[in-house]
Amino acid sequence: MDINAAPLLEVDGLWVRFGRTRGRFAQGQLEAIRDLSLTVRAGEIVAVVGASGAGKSLLAQAVMGLLPTGATMGGALRYKGQPLTPKRQRQLRGREMALVPQAITWLDPLMRVGPQVRGGDNRPQQAERQRAVFARLGLAPQTERLYPFQLSGGMARRVLLSTAVIGTAQLLIADEPTPGMAPGQAAEALGILRQLAHDGRGVLLITHDLELAVRFAGSIVVFYAGTTVEEALAADFAAGPAALRHPYSQALWRALPQNGFEATAGSQPHAGTPLPGCLYAPRCPLMTAACTQQNPPLRALRGGMVRCIHAT
Amino acid sequence: MELTGAPTKAGTAKRVAWAVAKTLLRAVSLVLAATLVAFVLVSLSPVDPVQQYVLGADAVSAEQREAIADYWGLDDPPVQRYLNWLGALLRGDMGTSLLYRQPVAAVIAQRFMNTLALMLTAWVFSGLIGFALGCLMGMWQGSWADGILRRLCLALSSVPTFWLGMVFLLVFAVGLGWFPVGFSGPIGMADGDVTLWQRLHHLALPALTLCFVSFAGVALHTRQKLVDVLQTDYVLFARARGAGRWHILKRHGLRNIALPAVTLQFAAFAELFGGSILAENVFSYPGLGSAVAAAGLNSDVPLLLGITLVSTLFVFTGNLVANILTRVVDPRTRVNGA
Repeated sequence: MDINAAPLLEVDGLWVRFGRTRGRFAQGQLEAIRDLSLTVRAGEIVAVVGASGAGKSLLAQAVMGLLPTGATMGGALRYKGQPLTPKRQRQLRGREMALVPQAITWLDPLMRVGPQVRGGDNRPQQAERQRAVFARLGLAPQTERLYPFQLSGGMARRVLLSTAVIGTAQLLIADEPTPGMAPGQAAEALGILRQLAHDGRGVLLITHDLELAVRFAGSIVVFYAGTTVEEALAADFAAGPAALRHPYSQALWRALPQNGFEATAGSQPHAGTPLPGCLYAPRCPLMTAACTQQNPPLRALRGGMVRCIHAT
Repeated sequence: MELTGAPTKAGTAKRVAWAVAKTLLRAVSLVLAATLVAFVLVSLSPVDPVQQYVLGADAVSAEQREAIADYWGLDDPPVQRYLNWLGALLRGDMGTSLLYRQPVAAVIAQRFMNTLALMLTAWVFSGLIGFALGCLMGMWQGSWADGILRRLCLALSSVPTFWLGMVFLLVFAVGLGWFPVGFSGPIGMADGDVTLWQRLHHLALPALTLCFVSFAGVALHTRQKLVDVLQTDYVLFARARGAGRWHILKRHGLRNIALPAVTLQFAAFAELFGGSILAENVFSYPGLGSAVAAAGLNSDVPLLLGITLVSTLFVFTGNLVANILTRVVDPRTRVNGA
């Protein structure tokens, strides 16, 4: 990872809310993401790790400008230093920023695989590029004539990744690219993403799988109840809880099977349940009265960032 | 579905033969059931066919009535009568219509073309208009235009055919005088002298009525189907790759909604037939629909059973085409082996 590379994507204080109607007139807001910040540079994989329901998928949709109707967002998004306006998102989608498809359902079931990977581009160069990408990913040439339902699991994963490889996009967003895969298959998929990062692209990897993130990503952003609680190098996670900054990150580390398989009591607060203080306070071993006063700001600590008043 | 290895030729032939045999069996049992129900219903009808036959002729004595009833076999037990009809049918004889005093086959042949012209016109236009409208509504789902059109379609599909027919008759035929009030040609003109233009002119209002009651359903169905498609992962992914609204409709929308729409259109033959009975009666249009109503009201058993037979086969064919289309067009059921 090159710290000095200019940032590709900067997310600063992002929030996403849903308007919702309670009863007939009372309007409420459901805050799915609050105060999320991260930076992705060219040539690195940044992993956003968090439990299900923490609002991770909304992050990908917010960056791409594909939030569902009814959602509003705020905070600053910048791509290559320039603000990401809805208009710019439309221009950059598919050209500069690409989503790595999650599952076979992201392909049209009634369309052959080849034309789908090529996108709307019908020029012969594009077909050649697609064949080259298939060859690079170890897919037989006749794969392009198949329909999605005819692909085996392994073929499907490579076809899905090939949509990201074929494009010119600098920033790749992979939202849970590995669910349901055996460890070897997941490692294979992430290996391809790492190759793409080596080619100079930036990858934002959104996952619940801390172990894979530690193995493949350069830095890790820990996500809890819609907010960033820690930004650390993957090496810190490899080093153990002493190198980590936030009590939640340490709890995640201890919950890994090889580190004791220890579960933390309690559960993540629901999005929209307003808590005045630190969101992790109810489950935190370090909690004091000060923790319930206000949500602590993100601060720099030992080369990373942490959102905790007790972290040292 | 076999994914490995192509099925052998003999295996395919055997499967096709089995499918054809099953289809024929279904068609025969359906025709038997439908005609049996029609026969039971008309047997329970209080209308006396002899009374209808001699209507207006007071000088018919009781003996003569008895002779007519005997000639028609009306005194036989109902089971015997149904079996008689079935036996004659197997010999290719559909019987003679009591009402028109012509062979049933001739009455049906003559009227089927009128009905076919009417239904085909309504079928094509309601399909095209409904599909196009449904696509537009689906693409702008949630907009004010979609809201208005959706309510209009719901209202239209709740309107009874005969009522809409009468409104059209009042407005366009009686009020504005643009179209004739009924029949398939000018009154008093021999059938052979009617020009094509005159036929179309007489066809227009009943066809418009039929089209209006069915296109709304097609539009609503197409809209819902498109809305479903637009919410899929593959459309979200297409948008993430920079595809615009029209591009998505062209590339993914049409591909995924065309097949169910065409299937539904073929499966809708039954409703179309039901609608044409009402429309033909409102416009006195000489098709199968008005004939079947007349046959029922006059206890004309041979004609009623004949039309039941033909319409059942017609609807069955529509459904069969829908089934075959689904199997042949959809790659997920068509492709055998990689």
